[in-house]
Amino acid sequence: MIAQNVAFGILAAAIIAAAIGVVRSNNVVHAALYLVVVLAGGAAQFILLGAEFVAWVQVLVYIGAVIVLFLFGIMLTRAPMRSEDDLDNDQRWPGLVAALFLAGILSSLLLDQWKWGATEIELTEPTRTTEITSAIFRTYIIPFEVVGVLLLASLVGAVLLARKD
Amino acid sequence: MLLNQFLLLGAVLFCIGVYGVLVRRNSVLVLMSIELMLAAVNINLVAFSAYHDNVAGQAFALFVLTIAAAEVGVGLAIVLLIYRNLRSADLDDVDVLKG
Amino acid sequence: MFFLDHAWLVPLIPAVSFVVILLFGKRMPKQGSEVGVAALGASFVLACGAVVQWIQRVGDLEEGEGAGHALAAFGQSVGRLGAEAHGGPFVEPVVHHATWFSWGGVELGVGTQIDGLAVMMMFVVTTISLLVHVYSLEYMRDDRRFTHYYAALSLFSASMLLLVVADNTLQLLVGWELVGLCSFMLIGHWWEEQPNSNAALKAFLTTRTGDIGLLCGVIMTFFLVERATGEGSFNILQVNEAALSGDVGHTLLLWTAAALLLGIIGKSGQFPLHTWLPDAMAGPTPVSALIHAATMVVAGVYLGARLFPVFYEGFSIADGGVNVMALVGGITVLVGASLAFVQHDIKKVLAYSTISQLGYMVMGLGVGAWIAAVFHLFTHAFFKANLFLGAGSVSHSGSHHSFDMVRDMGGLRKHMPQTFITFLVGTAALTGFPLLAGFFSKDEILASADNNDFQFFFWVGMIGAVMTAAYMVRAIYYVFFGEYRGGDHAPAAHGNGDDLVEHHLADDQEAHGHGDAAHAGPHESPGLITVPLWILTFFSAFAGYLLAPMFHIEKFTEWVEPTGAPFFPALSHPEFEWSKALIAIAAAAIGYALAYLFYWRRAYAQDLAQRNALARAGKTLLVNKYYLDDLYEGVVVGGTKGPVARAAYWVNQHVIDNVLNLAGRGAMSAGRFTYNIVDQRVVDGAVNGLAVGTGDAGGAVRKIQTGRLQRYALLLVLSVGAFSAWLWIYTN
Repeated sequence: MIAQNVAFGILAAAIIAAAIGVVRSNNVVHAALYLVVVLAGGAAQFILLGAEFVAWVQVLVYIGAVIVLFLFGIMLTRAPMRSEDDLDNDQRWPGLVAALFLAGILSSLLLDQWKWGATEIELTEPTRTTEITSAIFRTYIIPFEVVGVLLLASLVGAVLLARKD
Repeated sequence: MLLNQFLLLGAVLFCIGVYGVLVRRNSVLVLMSIELMLAAVNINLVAFSAYHDNVAGQAFALFVLTIAAAEVGVGLAIVLLIYRNLRSADLDDVDVLKG
Repeated sequence: MFFLDHAWLVPLIPAVSFVVILLFGKRMPKQGSEVGVAALGASFVLACGAVVQWIQRVGDLEEGEGAGHALAAFGQSVGRLGAEAHGGPFVEPVVHHATWFSWGGVELGVGTQIDGLAVMMMFVVTTISLLVHVYSLEYMRDDRRFTHYYAALSLFSASMLLLVVADNTLQLLVGWELVGLCSFMLIGHWWEEQPNSNAALKAFLTTRTGDIGLLCGVIMTFFLVERATGEGSFNILQVNEAALSGDVGHTLLLWTAAALLLGIIGKSGQFPLHTWLPDAMAGPTPVSALIHAATMVVAGVYLGARLFPVFYEGFSIADGGVNVMALVGGITVLVGASLAFVQHDIKKVLAYSTISQLGYMVMGLGVGAWIAAVFHLFTHAFFKANLFLGAGSVSHSGSHHSFDMVRDMGGLRKHMPQTFITFLVGTAALTGFPLLAGFFSKDEILASADNNDFQFFFWVGMIGAVMTAAYMVRAIYYVFFGEYRGGDHAPAAHGNGDDLVEHHLADDQEAHGHGDAAHAGPHESPGLITVPLWILTFFSAFAGYLLAPMFHIEKFTEWVEPTGAPFFPALSHPEFEWSKALIAIAAAAIGYALAYLFYWRRAYAQDLAQRNALARAGKTLLVNKYYLDDLYEGVVVGGTKGPVARAAYWVNQHVIDNVLNLAGRGAMSAGRFTYNIVDQRVVDGAVNGLAVGTGDAGGAVRKIQTGRLQRYALLLVLSVGAFSAWLWIYTN
């Protein structure tokens, strides 16, 4: 188990650092790249947790498509691709306070509910894809369909919104 | 591995995402921060799925993923529109509803 | 006794006629005069019937019918008696009474008390009123207010009759006031000319001054009865009995008599309130004849006769010597006679003569000569009305409606023979020419004066007789003798001084139906005028024979005087003495001679006033009517009018108006305060403050809505965090 903890620890550190990089970077493109790191780290965590399918989907969809979308967005909105002075608005300190406050509350809640050391994840084997798909196509078929419709809607919506005429 | 550590990770990541939403000026960066938050949610879901040995968590994580993608698409479309109308992607400039 | 029991019809018929004429007169063929004449005719018939039945009743006294017994009648003690014994039967008056309302022990009602006096008065009033109605058909033809004239005449007749038949002093007062009102209306008949309306007001206000006394006197009569019987009443019989009973204190009687005397002075033109009578000649001549000679002015004398016991006891007439009533009467005799000498207006001569004769009547009452005074009232009514109507005839047909003897008349005996004869007979009667009416009545008064120990007044009366004869002959000279002076000039609008001549407007005269195109000259008056004159002449000549002690005729006394009644004192009657009669005849003769010598023969003292300063002063005094008018109008009225009115005006302007202004200003400033402070500041302040506060609060809250998403997001996050923290703590 120790190897998993270590792996977790390294990944967690990377994720946190990259996340901070997203929100603190002065360069928009750097922020997007830091986001890639966060998402990648997240995928790695999924593998640690035995959710291989989810991990790969994350890599594919998130990193593959969403980030590209972001980069397109950056390009289309003519965001300066160089570093600029300040990409923050005037709410920095109140925002920090709010985030810390929220963090404190969340952590306290979580720790209160699940005592440290009392919850052990025991994995026997990675989850098999068929289980997920069975779950989706049986138990969660309706959400699946709804999500499909939602995708359609968002697709149409995005096209409509972004049309130039 | 403890569940707590994943949960804590998720919580911290989420709060960083909150910070980013509140503080970042550029609307694309705000969307990125929202992605951070969603990622944190995903980590939570999958951790719980492993803890309870229930595949539902992973299924839902997939759904979240999908929705996040859709949302980013629409969101960027809106940002584009804003950019077209205001010549700027700065969220501070979007204050037409100012009372 | 139908006519006696239904005597209330006599005033009622003219009253109804008044209403009818007022409402319908203008539409009638003769403009209402036919109604008036018919009504008075009916009243006259009823009055004659009453006379006849009363005479019968007196006659029945012998047989015991209709007799009352002094002791039994009212259960009172008879009281002080005079020289003759009483307790014998007397003719009871016919009394009918209806209660109008009673309240607190006081009973007000209307009723009739018909006895000799009332019957006599009814006869006089209806006769003369009827003759005046007929006379006015011609005299007032084409007058501008013909219908109203007849309405007023009817009202007057009704009021006078109401007064005459009254059985209680309140009803008498009502009638008294009504005749005063009618006098005012009729004097001011041609009110378009200012002098006429002034005269009407003067008459009204002067008699009003006297009426103060009358009102007090009437109230006191109530208490007279209360003192005597324990329960007050206005009933005349009870008042008289109470006065005679000796149960009332002398002071109260004296005051009551004095108050009533004041009323008599005002109404009957006694000195000093006689000044209104000459001015009242501004009314039409028939009115002067009816009201100011024969009937209304004698209302005072009638009052004195009706309530005689009050005066008898109050002024202690039985004691002789001098008393206020006789004195007032005596002075009036002389004042009236003296002023008649300087008048140019024939109506004014007659007016002063009336004043003088009224003085005789009041003097007669004052010396205890009750029946003589009443008899003189009776005869005077006829011959004075005769004289007035004669003067009216002269003016109507002889002097172009002027009454100025000196300027516009003269030598009319040739042109107006009938008028001349009637006027002459009237004058003779007035001056006491032997065997005519005035001779008997005036003689009776003077004889009683002497008989009752009032010798002073005997001589006063004699002097008055001399003067009466003189001024009346003077008037006859000016009117009927000499050359005709009128016709060459327009009739005098005003004579000398302030002579008031009847003022017709010129356009009223054009349609006078004399048959002549341009008033060709003096001529006799038409029949409607001369017939009443002849009727009155008849009475002037022969009415005196009702009481002629010379011939041992005492019918009048028998019928009229309530001898022996508990409500009438026992009076003594003088025996006829040739000595007194001769003195009276001599007095008249002296008067005739003086006037004849002065005017016909111009034998003495011609133009004395121009030559002698003393005579001139005397004449000026007379012409200015003893300056009484100046005293009253200038001093009394002016003194009151000026300072008092100015003071009242000052009070009004400064005190009352200031109070009002202050109140107004106060209200205004209260209003302004309310507006400025309360409304604008407090109320509006609260309201506006609320609005502003809400606005400011809204403005403050508005700052949250910056339109910036991230600000909202921050707030959202903070509040979610806070909420969840609170929830967590709460559940733990």
